[in-house]
Amino acid sequence: MKILVCIKQVPDMESKFKISTTGTWYDDADLAWRMNEYDEYAVEQAVQLKEQVAGSDLTVLCIGRKQVQETMKKALAMGCDRGVHIADDVAHEKDPFEIASIIAEFAKDKDFELIFTGMQSQDRGSAQVGVLIAELLGWPSISTIVDFNYADGKIDAKRELEGGIKALVRCSTPALVTCQLGLNTPRYPTLPNIMKAKRKELLTAKVAELLKVEAKQDTAKIYFPEKRGGGLVLEGDVNDLADQLIKILKEKTAVLA
Amino acid sequence: MKTLLVAEYRDGKLLNSTYELVAFAAQTGSESAMFLVGDNSIVPQYNGTLYLADSNKYNEFNPAVHKQLLLDVIATEKPDMVVFSHSSYGWDLAPRISLALGAAHISEVVEIDAGVPVAPVCNSKLRRQVKGNTAQTVITLQAGTFGLSDEPSGTPTIIEINTDSVAQTEFYGYEEAEASGVDLSKAEVIVSAGRGIGKPENLGIIEELAKALKGEYGASRPVIDAEWVDHSRQVGTTGQTVSPKLYVACGISGAIQHLAGMKKSEFVVAINTDKDAPIGEVADVLIVADLKQFVPALTQKLSA
Repeated sequence: MKILVCIKQVPDMESKFKISTTGTWYDDADLAWRMNEYDEYAVEQAVQLKEQVAGSDLTVLCIGRKQVQETMKKALAMGCDRGVHIADDVAHEKDPFEIASIIAEFAKDKDFELIFTGMQSQDRGSAQVGVLIAELLGWPSISTIVDFNYADGKIDAKRELEGGIKALVRCSTPALVTCQLGLNTPRYPTLPNIMKAKRKELLTAKVAELLKVEAKQDTAKIYFPEKRGGGLVLEGDVNDLADQLIKILKEKTAVLA
Repeated sequence: MKTLLVAEYRDGKLLNSTYELVAFAAQTGSESAMFLVGDNSIVPQYNGTLYLADSNKYNEFNPAVHKQLLLDVIATEKPDMVVFSHSSYGWDLAPRISLALGAAHISEVVEIDAGVPVAPVCNSKLRRQVKGNTAQTVITLQAGTFGLSDEPSGTPTIIEINTDSVAQTEFYGYEEAEASGVDLSKAEVIVSAGRGIGKPENLGIIEELAKALKGEYGASRPVIDAEWVDHSRQVGTTGQTVSPKLYVACGISGAIQHLAGMKKSEFVVAINTDKDAPIGEVADVLIVADLKQFVPALTQKLSA
């Protein structure tokens, strides 16, 4: 079985963000980069499926600058067989439709039976790309899964709904699933696997060869939201802070009465 | 502007988010019609045309078929904007529609600023104005952003709709949420742990603070997913929605799914090393400190 997992490299969300000079994205200097959290679950599920079905072959795909290869190496160390890096220095300017079109164009005649993606990215968060890829390929897709089983060309999955309820859904392959947090426990790459990953195949494709559509939307402006007024920010010695907070709680709430 | 609102029905109930769509249409001064795959005995209180498909026939999760039902209505109504909730139903169906229409698609919209949709970026740390380049636009609305000013009222004019479209997936039932061992919605004080606690060994200080404040302890999603705390204590969209007198968020960055579950708390204290964490948006007091030092210090003073 041929399997594809699509990942994205994103900044650590704890980072101190700055606006880029164009004013349409965040400044990418001085940021720590990592694998999009949702994609870690996608990679883990893809690796588990590869281990389940003998003779499977698992490709990890990532679009972006050269630096995304560092994140791809983690996916290779987790168990992907090869990487395909679609080189694009301005991937962040592309809308979800363009990103999905690039991936669908890459995947269309490669006989993948299953594609895994995260349900959304942590930075842009559109939650569109996975479902769009499946639609472009004419495949069924199941989004936001928190449980996944595969047997004999059929997927049995649980979709997470609001309030902790799950919808039970089945479909036949080829199919695409988008992975929600908590789907599994992503493995930590072991040192031997990290070493092994360095020798795995990492192919590069040019984005121009795969992008055949135009964006349907543009970012006009990016900015920091206005802080809600009234919130008090306290800094300093922890013991002083604790005294100040107790005083505030006595004045403003009834819980210390 | 003409909008088509995609309402939601699940397991015998019309979802409240339907009325946020109505509020959106009212706030943007739009003419609207509504689409629903549901039950004709449970229709929204709404003055307008309701295109209604029977969920007994077309199922509650059946995207390929719902897509065709909705596309047929769009062909009739010719809306400028198709509006969904940014929910498990909305974010699943909306991309299928935007692709079929060749329309711009903007997710998790939190406001319309001078006609331009605004969406959050990077866990709500930033905002983005997004301009569509197409005649029609598809948007999904962030839950709880567009509130109703008035109680829902009205009676829709119902047009029943059908399709011969074929399903690609088979929905065969629901699994209910695990029975909750702890009813956090009744607690007057909740002390919650987030990813910032670092390791499960640090949960002890959270529990002790909760005890000192005579409350319960809860947790945000990353702590639940890591299985450090039982699911029954999760606060947020997929866990419990709480409104205690005091909510203490320890090391919680404030993802929108968490905020949706606790923003009705009467008083919110956040403890975080990141001064810019989105939890600051809803906190009455933000303590910029390492919770591993601050929380035990607070507990000790409260217990003294």
